[in-house]
Amino acid sequence: MESPALSPQGVTARQRRWRRIRRVAALPLAALALSGCTVPSFGASAGVTRSSRSVFHLWQGFSILAVIIGGLVVALILWSVVRYRRRGDSIPKQSQYHIPLELTYTIVPFLIIFGLFAATMVVENKELANPTTKVTVDVNAFQWGWRFTYPGHNAMVIGQTTQDPEMVIPVNTNVHINLTSSDVVHGFYVHAFNFSRYALPGVLNQFTFRAVQTGTFDGQCTQLCGLYHSLMFFRVKVVTPTQYQTWLASFTTSSASSAASAAQKALQSQSATNVPTRITTSRGAN
Amino acid sequence: MKVESKIMLGLGCFFGLIAAVYWFWGRDSTGSIMIVGGMLLGFLPGGYYYWWSRRIATRPEDDPTATQAQGAGVVGAFPATSIWPFTLAMGAFFTVLALVFGIWFLVPGLALVIWAAFGGVAESRRGGGV
Amino acid sequence: MTDVLERPLTPEHSPQEEHGPSGLLKWLTTTDHKIIGLSYTVTSVIMMVIGGALAEMIRFQLTTPNGTLVSLAQYNELFTMHGSVMIYLFAGPFAFGALANILVPIQIGAPDMAFPRLNALSYWLYLMGSITMLSGFFTAGGAANFGWVAYAPLSNSTYTPGAGADLWIGGLLLTGFSAIFTGVNLVATIFYLRAPGMTMFRMPIFTWNMLVTAILILLAFPVLTAGLIMLYADRHFGTHIFSVAGGGVPVLWQHIFWFWGHPEVYILALPFFGMVTEILAVFSRKPVFGYKGMVFATLSIGALSLGVWAHHMFTTGVVLLPFFSIMSLLIAVPTGIKIFNWIGTIWRGQIWFSTAMLMAIGFVITFLIGGLTGVYLASPPLDFFTHDTYFVVAHFHSVVMALVLGGMGALYYWGPKITGYLLNETIGKIQFWFLFIGIQVFTIPMYMLGLDGMPRRMAVYPHDPQWQTLNDISTAGAVLIGLSTVLFVINIVVSWKKYPAGDNPWDGQTLEWFTTSPPPHHNFYRLPQIRSERPTWDYNHPDHRALAHGVPETPRESEQVPS
Repeated sequence: MESPALSPQGVTARQRRWRRIRRVAALPLAALALSGCTVPSFGASAGVTRSSRSVFHLWQGFSILAVIIGGLVVALILWSVVRYRRRGDSIPKQSQYHIPLELTYTIVPFLIIFGLFAATMVVENKELANPTTKVTVDVNAFQWGWRFTYPGHNAMVIGQTTQDPEMVIPVNTNVHINLTSSDVVHGFYVHAFNFSRYALPGVLNQFTFRAVQTGTFDGQCTQLCGLYHSLMFFRVKVVTPTQYQTWLASFTTSSASSAASAAQKALQSQSATNVPTRITTSRGAN
Repeated sequence: MKVESKIMLGLGCFFGLIAAVYWFWGRDSTGSIMIVGGMLLGFLPGGYYYWWSRRIATRPEDDPTATQAQGAGVVGAFPATSIWPFTLAMGAFFTVLALVFGIWFLVPGLALVIWAAFGGVAESRRGGGV
Repeated sequence: MTDVLERPLTPEHSPQEEHGPSGLLKWLTTTDHKIIGLSYTVTSVIMMVIGGALAEMIRFQLTTPNGTLVSLAQYNELFTMHGSVMIYLFAGPFAFGALANILVPIQIGAPDMAFPRLNALSYWLYLMGSITMLSGFFTAGGAANFGWVAYAPLSNSTYTPGAGADLWIGGLLLTGFSAIFTGVNLVATIFYLRAPGMTMFRMPIFTWNMLVTAILILLAFPVLTAGLIMLYADRHFGTHIFSVAGGGVPVLWQHIFWFWGHPEVYILALPFFGMVTEILAVFSRKPVFGYKGMVFATLSIGALSLGVWAHHMFTTGVVLLPFFSIMSLLIAVPTGIKIFNWIGTIWRGQIWFSTAMLMAIGFVITFLIGGLTGVYLASPPLDFFTHDTYFVVAHFHSVVMALVLGGMGALYYWGPKITGYLLNETIGKIQFWFLFIGIQVFTIPMYMLGLDGMPRRMAVYPHDPQWQTLNDISTAGAVLIGLSTVLFVINIVVSWKKYPAGDNPWDGQTLEWFTTSPPPHHNFYRLPQIRSERPTWDYNHPDHRALAHGVPETPRESEQVPS
């Protein structure tokens, strides 16, 4: 069909068509380049840790490709549906194989896949790296609450169901988490971190993150863990290092009972909703 | 039979390769053993088909130019009706209920299973109902 | 010209069917693959309705942040049984029990399945297994409530005592054996009972996909059965295979479960890929584009699917991330080949928008969404980000709802072959739009909820009332889907024995359209010469053979065998 007939300019029809395709394809790419950092978020958010931002960028990259490929496929389907709807009883050409075309759509996805894999590995290695940390928090999940202890300090926070315990951590500091479970599988998930990890019984799961923004962020158990799974919340409060030291000191300087009441107060400051709460425990360690 | 054997042997080889890569990369015995199981499940029937494919003449279904006349005759024995599958399944059902509600369910369960086993074998042997 | 010969199929047995039992006894004793397949179809569609009713209850519970339709405990039972019914009792049995059972023997010109009595046993085990699993609702402690994945140690007797969980295990044991027997039966049928001239590379794509599905069943289901026996032993015999207390390893259950569970995803999907491929080809009046590529894509999906199980376990932190990531990403390649082959099939065709064709096109678009979001989940950092949130729920609901579209298309397409009567096309098209729009309205808000951080399996979301709007939209979609099912039932009632189909209402291409509707006891009175994967088409349109690229549009004389 496309005979390589030379046009007056000495360019084949195929080349001309290719140029046109390039011009059309260049438009969205140029628009993308011009818009710079205003690449759409595709529903996700950048989060508040260093690696959550890398994950977000990876998400954007995947999404751009998905939109292009998905758009292409949907366009091809819609075109066929409109253009080739039945117009009589004639039998169309019974073409069954087109080896070059088939090879193209085998090889190109391979290349895309390896590109995606390379990007994945870069982000993954960054996210799962284990840099030296000054702050360590032992996180223990149980049915149906969380216990945050700070090794080397006298600080501990426990809370169950809707009385969300609060994990206090300093900003711009690498925080190391030792995640364990006392009973069944739980999921440690903080949406603003773009990250989750299972708390497995019998396994010590470790990871590190670095929050770059202060604030209080919601966390929740994501893996079904029994009756009150839906109510197994916690919060992560990212504070300045000074505030963090003050907070830690509140456990060491005061007596255990006053520490407990401080933590209790912190817990009750969150509005208790109309969902019935079972048990609330909260105390400073020792 | 050649294509059939190639498919199964090919799957077996692929799983063998995956098992090797997975074992030397991750040293995870659980997954490696399960993939090796997959490999064997490819090789076992694949080898059987390969063995036979070298010993039988090309079957009509493997001959691209076969006519329907070549396939005429008895295809196999197909029982018209049989109550034994139902009996066996009821036996299995009661046996499973024994897992839940108490060991005494095993009595009807195993009785039905044994009855179905004898009945089914006898049905095949005498050719009755076939 | 094509020669047609009578092939006397088991002549000494054929007359017997006239003297067989009738009524209930016929149903209990039949070994005819078509009747067994029909029983499977009815049972699995009933299961779909039950699973769908559970889904509607789940959706209505979530319409308000503090839903009070069901209690927390009941909610756990609801989604556990919804997942279990849909996966174990509907999607799989509908594909390899109902449609494959009916169609595979006819498509390859066989008189029946290779082991008819084993086939009957499969059905009875499946029925009994379904009853066993569902009867959990009638026990004192309620049905199983540990999720359809039954993660240890939540599923052990300490955290989930009671008969409901044991009934769930028992039901799965029965249906698992049923699936294994069906797998054996399909492989033996396809390898040993093809008609003369029906070489492996002339089998219809649906049969190819069922072959790979059956092989996957044989690879995967024994692992699940073994795992369930271990789980039962942990619960009742005092072993500690999955509990830390006695030195066991809880993650082992996840390995075993997903080693079955991921191939299971393809055990569910591949049959529907096959159905859709056939529907697209027939209603475009073209051969399947890239037939051989399609076969190799199916085989490579099957092969790869055994090496990707731990992408369900990325967030456990104890699996080899890069290996499972690249293996999972690689599955996108053969899946992409399939999608492009589907487009190639309808490209330059004469597309007839019957209900079946609409369902098939709807399948491709919906599956595309599910497939593309699946690529995200193969990347561990993005999986950490979305794991166990509604994003994952939306992803696999896009996939499985695409399968529902494909299955509905298959019922409209092949139903007339089995019953002899067509369904009403107008109601069918209305049903399609309810279903298709319903699916998108149902899933797209769930993607957004997941990205906003809503975890799955939440009975209430008291802290996040802003999720209510999206949940309400999703529920509206679920209602549309429910209405489409009602329309389907109405359609069956309205069209009951009303529109006789004839032998070949769609100008079908494969062997099942060569025989009568419904087919006789041993399927064929005669068979055409089989010279390609479209024997019926070649017989009806001898001048329109399939063409390779660049071949002029003339019949290839060299390929025609003198009679």
